[in-house]
Amino acid sequence: MEFITNFPLFTIVLSLFSGVLCYMLKPRVAKIYTLVYEGFLILLVSAVLYYVLATGQAFTYVMGEFPAPWGNEIRAGVLEAMIALCFLIVMICSVSAGFRFLKTDMDESKLNLYFTLVNLMTAALMSLVWTNDLFTGYVFLEILTLTSCGVLIVREIGRTSLAAVRYMILNLLGSGLFLLGVVLLYDLTGHLLMVPMKETIAELATDPAVLPVIGVAVGILTIGLSIKSGLFPFHFWMPDTYGWATPTSAALLSSLVSKAYIFLLFKTYYRAIGIDVLQQLPIRHVLLVLGAMGIVVGSLQAIHTNNLNHMVAYSSAAQIGYIYMGIGLGGVAGYTAAMFHVMAHAITKSQLFLTTPRLAEVAGGNLKFQDLQGSALKTRVAGFYFTIGAFSMIGIPIFAGFSSKLQFALAAVTGAGIKRILIVMLALAVSSMLNALYFVMTLIRIYTPDGDNNRSVMTHHHINYHLPMLLLTAANLLLGLRCDLIVDLIGKGLAMFG
Amino acid sequence: MKKAFHRFYNLIAVICCLLLIGVLLYAVSMLPHYGQENPRSVEVVERYVHDGLEETGATNIVAGMILDYRAFDTLGESHVLFTALICVIILLGKDVKNMRREYDGYYTVEYESYHKLADDKILRLVGYILLPCLFLFGIYILLNGQLSPGGGFSGGAIMGAALIIFAAAFGFETVDKVFTEKVLKGVTFVSLAFYSFAKGYVFFTGANGLENHVPKGEPGMILSGGLILPLDIAVGMVVACTMYGFYSLFRRGSIGHDHTFMDQQ
Repeated sequence: MEFITNFPLFTIVLSLFSGVLCYMLKPRVAKIYTLVYEGFLILLVSAVLYYVLATGQAFTYVMGEFPAPWGNEIRAGVLEAMIALCFLIVMICSVSAGFRFLKTDMDESKLNLYFTLVNLMTAALMSLVWTNDLFTGYVFLEILTLTSCGVLIVREIGRTSLAAVRYMILNLLGSGLFLLGVVLLYDLTGHLLMVPMKETIAELATDPAVLPVIGVAVGILTIGLSIKSGLFPFHFWMPDTYGWATPTSAALLSSLVSKAYIFLLFKTYYRAIGIDVLQQLPIRHVLLVLGAMGIVVGSLQAIHTNNLNHMVAYSSAAQIGYIYMGIGLGGVAGYTAAMFHVMAHAITKSQLFLTTPRLAEVAGGNLKFQDLQGSALKTRVAGFYFTIGAFSMIGIPIFAGFSSKLQFALAAVTGAGIKRILIVMLALAVSSMLNALYFVMTLIRIYTPDGDNNRSVMTHHHINYHLPMLLLTAANLLLGLRCDLIVDLIGKGLAMFG
Repeated sequence: MKKAFHRFYNLIAVICCLLLIGVLLYAVSMLPHYGQENPRSVEVVERYVHDGLEETGATNIVAGMILDYRAFDTLGESHVLFTALICVIILLGKDVKNMRREYDGYYTVEYESYHKLADDKILRLVGYILLPCLFLFGIYILLNGQLSPGGGFSGGAIMGAALIIFAAAFGFETVDKVFTEKVLKGVTFVSLAFYSFAKGYVFFTGANGLENHVPKGEPGMILSGGLILPLDIAVGMVVACTMYGFYSLFRRGSIGHDHTFMDQQ
């Protein structure tokens, strides 16, 4: 039983090793190895989740012989294990379901390099989830940045290269700002580990002369991570990045990479800065307002665009807005809603990005709406999965999207302040309406017969596609139907998170 | 309309930058001054400085810090380089997609010979004199990481630079005789795998309170600092391979001599 505490370490070190190993393997072997390995990781993380639930408390794991303020540390609780499990499930589904497109988008001789990047990305994601140290967070943030640019660029067409360059520049800017924030915090406190840093900051915050400096450091760090994850004024890179990437990469980038940044930010707030200090800083109001604006602006831009992938990408901008709004809202309810939405959105968005290329495929490879007419009739399976994702995004009951909207509304009502209730409720109402508008329009479009009777263009889908899609659908329904269970788990996780 | 917007946009950008500069200057002015001891940051630094030699066995405290106290960060850092190498191979490595017809003439033989530096007499002569020194110096810095300033990253960078000069002065054909893609792959794989497992072993034993069987050695000697020396060598190998790999990929689109594409042409 005690041995399970080693598993978080294994998920990181073995992923790094797998990345290097895939560089040596043949492409076919690398694919099989990666899928088996991700499955193995899911088992490990499930064991960790079971262990922390059974013991009822989080555990810290010293990396090496030197304890907390001197050496590195990782820490696992219910929330970390849940997020890690969700990330891994989405990862294995994306790799499996998008492989058919990967083969055509990328030169076959280089496919093993893609799996190298996927494994390194897994290592970075796992480290960001488990880490208890701000600088470790920065190092693996760099690996995540590089791998995400790498998986984006594999398509080697002009549009992706352009998108990748822009994505890389913005991401490096974000990393730089995050590093600047970490340096300022280190200068103030003399610690990089989160728990001692929090104690020192709580002490420092009582001095009114130092509080603004803490505010600047936290602000810069927040701007850096919100550029990387695509909060409202910084969301303009999303449509090109997600829209032109190969489907697996689009799913990985939108569902996992941006969520990992948000999770790191949340962890920094909760564990390194401390909620009490955060309450004294104006940054949470800014996050609330920007989140709410992002929801509305993202939805409006999604209506405006004429390209299915761009629409889904803009809807991502809106969903990221939800998460930041939850963090800005504050309180246990707000954080619960934000974390719930991290999982709900990761599961739903990857499903959407993995179905849109199949809809486009039967429409002659075109993602423009006028060409997509009737595409769901030609490939009913993809149409079905797209419908589920769209329903979840709109917020129709029994799907994950509904539960998370419910959580946000509950959080707004239980939290104090009429202004905040108003902002959140307005954002929820407007965005639900707009979401319904563009997703229903899309659904009507793809289910309208286009006149030509060639309905069985693509009836056969491989099991490699069905299985992950069914898994994502099941996860979606689990989040939607057993929302109380998940919220309960997140509550337990938050209690042991700080 | 559009022009007015752009002007407005530029104005806002400048104002934002000035604001950011002001805020940062203000924040920095509030920090403890340079050279002045920060009363709060003593705890961590003190142990590194005072007990570092005893606990890690490294005379060079920086090496002890990055490879022993905070080895997990460095484990990630060494994989950053590897990730960058993979990205460059994906982008620049010759394959069917980026050797499409419209790119004809980028990697042709004429182009290669036109830019051949190997016939340059001055470069060659300087290479003869400089290269042995460079390799020796790189190895020295690599092996003395635990004793003096230096270590894997800097020593590896010097050796990588030496490899690049080697390729520039004597041509890729000469380097390809010893340093093929297979060698680079093998060295990178062995180094990084060794790094991961050695550090994984230390993390595992440390966290579980088991005995660590790596001898610390006598401080001040070459064989000291426990795992620091082998880890430095591993990091140095990765850095050298990565740097040479970048150079080779940027110049000819492959790391070793690429038979498949040359034969097709």
